Amino acid sequence: MSIRGSAAIVGYHEIPTRRMYQGRSNWSLLTEAALGAIRDAGLRKDDIDGLICQEAFNSLTVAEYMGIKPKFTMSMTLHGATGTGSVATAAMAVSAGLANYVLCVMGGTRDAESGGQQPGGFRGAQPGGRPAPPPPSGRPTFGTEWEAPFGPVVSANGGYGLMKQRHMYEYGSMQEQFAKCAVDQRYNALLDPNSAFSGQPITVEDVLNSRYTNDPLHLLECVMPCSGGGAWIVTTAERARALPNPPVYILGIGGPATSHDTIAQESDVATTPVVLSAPVALQMAGYKAKDMQFAEFYDCYTILVMSCLEDAGICPKGEIGRFYADTDTTYKGAFPINTNGGQISGGQPVGGGGGNTKQIVEAARQIMGRAGQRQVARNGLCLVNG
Amino acid sequence: MTTSEYRKPLPRGEDPALTDSFWEAVKRHELLIPRCVKCNKFFWYPRQECPYCMQRDWNWEKVSGKGRLHTFTVVRQPQNPAFNDDVPYVYAIVQLDEGVRMVSNVIGCKIPDDVKVDMALEVTFDDVTEEQTLFKFKPASS
Repeated sequence: MSIRGSAAIVGYHEIPTRRMYQGRSNWSLLTEAALGAIRDAGLRKDDIDGLICQEAFNSLTVAEYMGIKPKFTMSMTLHGATGTGSVATAAMAVSAGLANYVLCVMGGTRDAESGGQQPGGFRGAQPGGRPAPPPPSGRPTFGTEWEAPFGPVVSANGGYGLMKQRHMYEYGSMQEQFAKCAVDQRYNALLDPNSAFSGQPITVEDVLNSRYTNDPLHLLECVMPCSGGGAWIVTTAERARALPNPPVYILGIGGPATSHDTIAQESDVATTPVVLSAPVALQMAGYKAKDMQFAEFYDCYTILVMSCLEDAGICPKGEIGRFYADTDTTYKGAFPINTNGGQISGGQPVGGGGGNTKQIVEAARQIMGRAGQRQVARNGLCLVNG
Repeated sequence: MTTSEYRKPLPRGEDPALTDSFWEAVKRHELLIPRCVKCNKFFWYPRQECPYCMQRDWNWEKVSGKGRLHTFTVVRQPQNPAFNDDVPYVYAIVQLDEGVRMVSNVIGCKIPDDVKVDMALEVTFDDVTEEQTLFKFKPASS
């Protein structure tokens, strides 16, 4: 029994991504995002009976803090897929009658000391690799025995450096092509006041001249950790029609899919679990990848967004570099991708890969026709990935 | 170097009973890889069950240590500042001839100029302290 089209996103709110929000706690930022989404959906806090959060700032604490009593709740450990995973899970929950209005909220505030080098590791779960090993007194893991002694790269950069290097070797993808991904996304961010980089254009040369964080990754291909967050409300299609915004119907869901915790254990380093999840979603929706009019794909690094797009079937495997070279992926172009700049040009809110908030909010915004100067012309069908 | 002078993390296993013999062999400059008795496959990292057939019956088998560089990244900012003096260095996935892939470092060549995906490698042993040796990889001598 398909749930195609039985659920919809009906409201959203995004907190502008900034390096720091002084004097604001994680819970306060999450509450701001949540109340904004509830208001945007034309609902009241008491209408919310479902709650999905990310593990880093879990739903039990959010429910307690906000005075919500969800009859359906979950906290997800999906790193940068948490936002997309929350939409899929909320769609299933409302379709099964487990809740009426599911609030999904994620994000967080960045400490001045967080990220960067820490002998004890960095906080929170990060996409693409295990958290760095715990201090000497902490519990040993696979990472403390087989990775830590060899000096992993700071934060999640290492795994993606490994992925990009292999992708370039196997498929001949070129640095200029990865740079174009970053440049097109930055163009999309220029007019977005929610972005940490609005008004700051970059060129391919800027990307290639930016220092290597870890060869072959350049600084301008990587996300910058920030404070921020987002929230969205999912309900049934019938309830959606009674609410003020045009419903964003969820036509197909696939995943959450996985095959590894650390990229070093992935059997095909240059391929992602999107090969598992995308076909399920497309089949449910009754579409092919080429039917999609634009895409919002989680983008901790250019290699990740690009590998995921080809794994979803936007182009044949290995050809995403050429795809970017030949395609205008700005909001004005033939196939817009990450039309607000995504996280690379938006900043990534801390707390489990930022929860992929930029993609979910922007997909909803574009489909509702509320993207202003960045509105894509063809906004009927969006492929979203986390 | 003595253990107290070496500032970088030494391997700490979840299950020392499982992996102590591996590290003892590395100290003798031997590389052993788990091999399943039932399905005959090598696997990495060591764990109780073979990840292919799930049987708990495997042996450590000595391997040549030859392999190829599957992929790598050049570290310029390590997670752990204890590695800062080594920058730039190579954090690598090496694929042994037996098919398993291991995380390690590539040493003994110019970094990054001489490091290329698929280059032939062979294991080398770094006695980092009096008690602990690490396995690393260097360009294969032809």
